[in-house]
Amino acid sequence: MSAHTTGTFPVKRGLAEMMKGGVIMDVVTAEQAKVAEDAGAVAVMALERVPADIRRDGGVARMSDPEMIEAIQGAVSIPVMAKARIGHFVEAQILQALGVDFVDESEVLTPADEAHHIDKFAFDVPFVCGATNLGEALRRISEGAAMIRSKGEAGTGNVVEAVRHLRSIVGDIKRITQADQAELFDWAKRLQAPLPLVQEIAETGTLPVPLFCAGGLATPADAALAMQLGAQAVFVGSGIFKSDDPAPRAKAIVEATTHFRDAAILAKVSRGLGAPMTGIGMDELDVHYADRGW
Amino acid sequence: MSTTPIGVGELSGRGPLVGVLALQGAFAAHEQRLTALGAASQAVRTPDELALVDALVLPGGESTTMSMLLTTSGLFDPLKGRLADGMPVFGTCAGMILCATEVLDGRPDQRGFDLIDITVRRNGYGRQLDSFETDLDVAGLDEPFHAVFIRAPYVERVGAEVEVLARHDDVPVLVRDGSCTVAAFHPELTNDTRLHAMFIASL
Repeated sequence: MSAHTTGTFPVKRGLAEMMKGGVIMDVVTAEQAKVAEDAGAVAVMALERVPADIRRDGGVARMSDPEMIEAIQGAVSIPVMAKARIGHFVEAQILQALGVDFVDESEVLTPADEAHHIDKFAFDVPFVCGATNLGEALRRISEGAAMIRSKGEAGTGNVVEAVRHLRSIVGDIKRITQADQAELFDWAKRLQAPLPLVQEIAETGTLPVPLFCAGGLATPADAALAMQLGAQAVFVGSGIFKSDDPAPRAKAIVEATTHFRDAAILAKVSRGLGAPMTGIGMDELDVHYADRGW
Repeated sequence: MSTTPIGVGELSGRGPLVGVLALQGAFAAHEQRLTALGAASQAVRTPDELALVDALVLPGGESTTMSMLLTTSGLFDPLKGRLADGMPVFGTCAGMILCATEVLDGRPDQRGFDLIDITVRRNGYGRQLDSFETDLDVAGLDEPFHAVFIRAPYVERVGAEVEVLARHDDVPVLVRDGSCTVAAFHPELTNDTRLHAMFIASL
């Protein structure tokens, strides 16, 4: 009988696999976490301010107060994720010590390092990282990320960037499966990504870790759009708790993510949800979070 | 669903159609394992899809999410009926929780199928940092089975009628009662198809 080993890559990736087809919701209080769990969230992202408020307030956005993360861990039985700044491996060490189930090395917080991401293999806790394109996704995977989320533009309630990033990642995966061996070297060079990962994609036709979608999703239709474009689950941040009536909207987004190809169900769950978050156009933005990350 | 061209494979007719509950979780991985074994599979999200299948896999995922979606999709009652009528079922992780007669640390509104007489504690091994992989000796398999446990349910009690097929540190992790087999771990996360093969062979 072999040993009982924790913190391995299959174990990290395994939790990401379990979240497929689900909705991960941003929450800032234990009460919101309960609402999210009641609505059928597969996990909650514990943070101090939702991205829409970070955007409004400006300043430096950092890891949340451990007390607040612990309050959320105590309030729900589903996995709890929390965000660390890009490159801030000490914030990640603290989150691991708190026993969070997943760390999001997130561009929504102010980056702590403008050249290096966290060495995620050095941790037992799994990491999710954002990506705007396939090269960025593969660099994060080569650093140990167990889940990739397309970045979108957090805190805007505008799905356009999420669509752009998903189409870019999924489109390049499809193109790589059509490439011959010689072309794969060029793909690796152009994507600035490790060749073995490019070769693996050519063989399997899929990312080596689950691909989820984040950033600007606000309605059940947005969630189903992301799923039909090839996302395997969705993150909804400001879109739920910045809307008029969060609980029914949260539940509707969960149902839409499951039944993403069934337009009759999507029509049913989209009814009578009240106003979604107002949303922002991309040309009105001062800061594009998606540009953060290297 | 089958993409097998005419003239390839068995001509003796199609075997049973194995459904995979596809409301949430690792359902696609189960479908891949079934396909690798040459079995016909069908994702089940609605009562109409349930009516097509001869057996069902309940995948891992979040049992609270699945419980809510079983209700909103209208699947709960027809599925409970099919299972009570003896439809063969293979449940992994959250699927084990859905089949157990008693669930500890669940949500008060969490619903299940009361199908196999076991008591399970949700997330009984702890948080993700306590998730692990290990080798198991499984009754009926010659070689050990490599098993991945993710925030796994912990089996605290098994009824007298329940057969224990594998244990880890003396705790049952693979159990069977008649046509219901449930695992605390995830055979769909490795390329080892022996447990899926066992399930198909039992149909």
